[in-house]
Amino acid sequence: MLKQTEGSKAVAEAIALCRPEVICAYPISPQTHIVEALGEMVKSGELTPCEFINVESEFAAMSVAIGSSAAGARSYTATASQGLLFMVEAVYNAAGLGLPIVMTVANRAIGAPINIWNDHSDSLSQRDSGWMQLFAETNQEAVDLHIQAFRLAEELSMPVMVCMDGFILTHAFERVDIPSQEQVDSYLPPFDPRQVLDPAEPVSIGAMVGPEAFMEVKYLAHAKQMQALGLIQQLASEFRTTFGRDSGGLVRTYRADDAETMVVAMGSVLGTIKDTVDEMRDEGHKIGVLGITSYRPFPQREVRAALQNCKRFVVLEKSLAVGMGGIAATDVRMAVTGSGLKGFTAIAGLGGRAIPKASLHRLFREVEQEDLAPVTFLDLDRDAVNKQLEREKQTRRSGPIAENILYDKGISSTAKFG
Amino acid sequence: MPYQPVKFYQTGTFTVGNRLLAPDERSVQSSRMRSNSINSGHRACQGCGEALGARYAIDAAMAASDGQLIAVNATGCLEVFSTPYPESSWQVPWIHSLFGNAPAVATGVAAAMKVKGRQEVRVVAQGGDGGTTDIGFGCLSGMFERNDDVLYICYDNEAYMNTGVQRSSATPPAARTATTMPVGPEPGNVFGQGKNVPEIAMAHGIPYVATATVADLRDLEYKVRKAMSMHGARYIQIFVPCPLGFGTASHDTIRIARLARETGMFPVFEAEHGEVTGVLKIRHKVAVEEYLQPQKRFAHLFGKHPHPETVARLQAIADRNIRKYGLLEKESD
Ligand SMILES: Cc1ncc(C[n+]2csc(CCOP(=O)(O)OP(=O)(O)O)c2C)c(N)n1
Ligand code: SF4
Ligand SMILES: [Mg+2]
Repeated sequence: MLKQTEGSKAVAEAIALCRPEVICAYPISPQTHIVEALGEMVKSGELTPCEFINVESEFAAMSVAIGSSAAGARSYTATASQGLLFMVEAVYNAAGLGLPIVMTVANRAIGAPINIWNDHSDSLSQRDSGWMQLFAETNQEAVDLHIQAFRLAEELSMPVMVCMDGFILTHAFERVDIPSQEQVDSYLPPFDPRQVLDPAEPVSIGAMVGPEAFMEVKYLAHAKQMQALGLIQQLASEFRTTFGRDSGGLVRTYRADDAETMVVAMGSVLGTIKDTVDEMRDEGHKIGVLGITSYRPFPQREVRAALQNCKRFVVLEKSLAVGMGGIAATDVRMAVTGSGLKGFTAIAGLGGRAIPKASLHRLFREVEQEDLAPVTFLDLDRDAVNKQLEREKQTRRSGPIAENILYDKGISSTAKFG
Repeated sequence: MPYQPVKFYQTGTFTVGNRLLAPDERSVQSSRMRSNSINSGHRACQGCGEALGARYAIDAAMAASDGQLIAVNATGCLEVFSTPYPESSWQVPWIHSLFGNAPAVATGVAAAMKVKGRQEVRVVAQGGDGGTTDIGFGCLSGMFERNDDVLYICYDNEAYMNTGVQRSSATPPAARTATTMPVGPEPGNVFGQGKNVPEIAMAHGIPYVATATVADLRDLEYKVRKAMSMHGARYIQIFVPCPLGFGTASHDTIRIARLARETGMFPVFEAEHGEVTGVLKIRHKVAVEEYLQPQKRFAHLFGKHPHPETVARLQAIADRNIRKYGLLEKESD
């Protein structure tokens, strides 16, 4: 059914259609609206049978989900940013135990400085946790990816994060097609766990494993993600059959056929990028786009195939590998190893910094000219940075960095520095 | 009231003669039908109080639930010695996730059972004192506060044993651990710190809180059975001497546990909805020295450079416990 609705609300409805049996909730912006809506559905009896548990922390949220999933219940939670970091030990554990939990990550920056706005640092920090990570470009895709995520998770017995940009998607009202219960039921069978805690058939789960078998267990997690590369595509095509729409998959290209310059990105920024590319195409630039939907597993082959005919590419990412450069960019470069392609990294939108078309126009032209540093920072205020660096050179007790920057930018008049 | 000690016991040993009891009064452990939830072959040290306590507790819980039990385990000695790859001692469905999340994992298991309409399946979570009173405390308090249908059992050996005997918030004052060495002007663990988790559990107003020791195994079984007859969050803290960490002989585990109770160092009581409803009385009050002296972790209080003033402070703690919980039949004893 077509509706004009908030992204979070739409996702909550999609989750409810997936018949989750245990939902753990802990508030953190910008994820909160999702679990609030689900809580209301459970309390009103609209979503039943389902246990909605208000836990005391994100660490508990993931731990409760570990217990409920291991006991055979379809389990869901949502978080973001500090919340994801607070649960990290349990995030790795859920994957290590092979529990098919689905979690929404409403992508948000990580502090300090504390910041509630969108970037991809949170889920990318869990890149190697063993969770699959699917990135939604639109709210429609966020809805669709959640439905696919439960199938993906349960078929492989591995957890899946559905990543959607905080605020930009979670709080945006747009038209979304919410599928019917019949459609979802026909796509997503009931959860049939591979391992389950059951007195009728006692098993031990989570035993200590030494050097004799640890490598094999870890390798199997990798092997399952490699299997997921095929399964994700299959699920997307089945999704098209059932729901009549293209959603999910590994990667998607846009105006890429004769492109000499390719822009690689994930999430909602692809919208702005495509608009910019349309305008540049109108002016005759040979530029195209590669959107990555599946960040983990990383579709190396598809990325390579999508880039092999261009001359250069830029990975525009909302994350930063401090001391190195890009996170996603490193993966993309790995995928094109040996191709001789020129690759650039543009770090953009950290902590919710706007990514306007004008800046993208400038950046993409520089990429076309190959006239930029290997790693660039979109719309970085160099003056502010240099001022702080200079201050640190001059004064030993130079004071707190973030507050100094706010002061220099005239945003705060109360900040003091030595 | 805690379990009333049966009349028949062998003089001097207090060993309960099950043979002399009517069959329905006999302990779960004495029955051929016991479930052997933790089977032999595990790797606990000789004389491990935790292994003994867990065996009694889980077998009693199994008996009380008709075998419909799922166990959740925190990281710690019990987890490590019971599941050395590729073996497992557990005859019950068992999951270990992390050190600090056993109460939350158990909440999840209980939620799954509820949503599936399998309320006959009961859930027990268990951990050491470190896993319970320190790192798992947030999850424990959350589970209590929500009154989730979980029986949590803390095996209290008063330190982080699995990592080599470090201080936890359950370590008693003056005790030597690897992080509270018997050096300096106040050797061993400091006074005035630590937390009383049974009382904090009671403050949550949960249906049932109890303490027990491995010296009073019938009382322990009784408390597990009683806890299993209730729903909601329940907590039992069992004093389980650790020969390695305490520096005691393997054959002294039961004796040390009994002395902990008989001195008043470890008060044994039970409480419902935050109200103490019964205590296990001290039969023969014993001075704390008798409890402390056989333990190497207190050796620095005796010997060439004794610390009688420290022993007196420990005696004062024991006496306060005795007064507070009314552990003696008559105060003047
Ligand atoms: C997050 C985390 N921190 C530390 C450890 C290391 N660790 C494992 S077991 C353990 C000690 C357990 O002590 P306790 O809970 O008292 O159980 P015991 O071994 O004494 O029975 C520690 C510190 C860990 N596994 N996980
Ligand atoms: S170290 Fe202590 S608690 Fe651990 S197995 Fe040995 S006796 Fe038991
Ligand atoms: Mg301990």
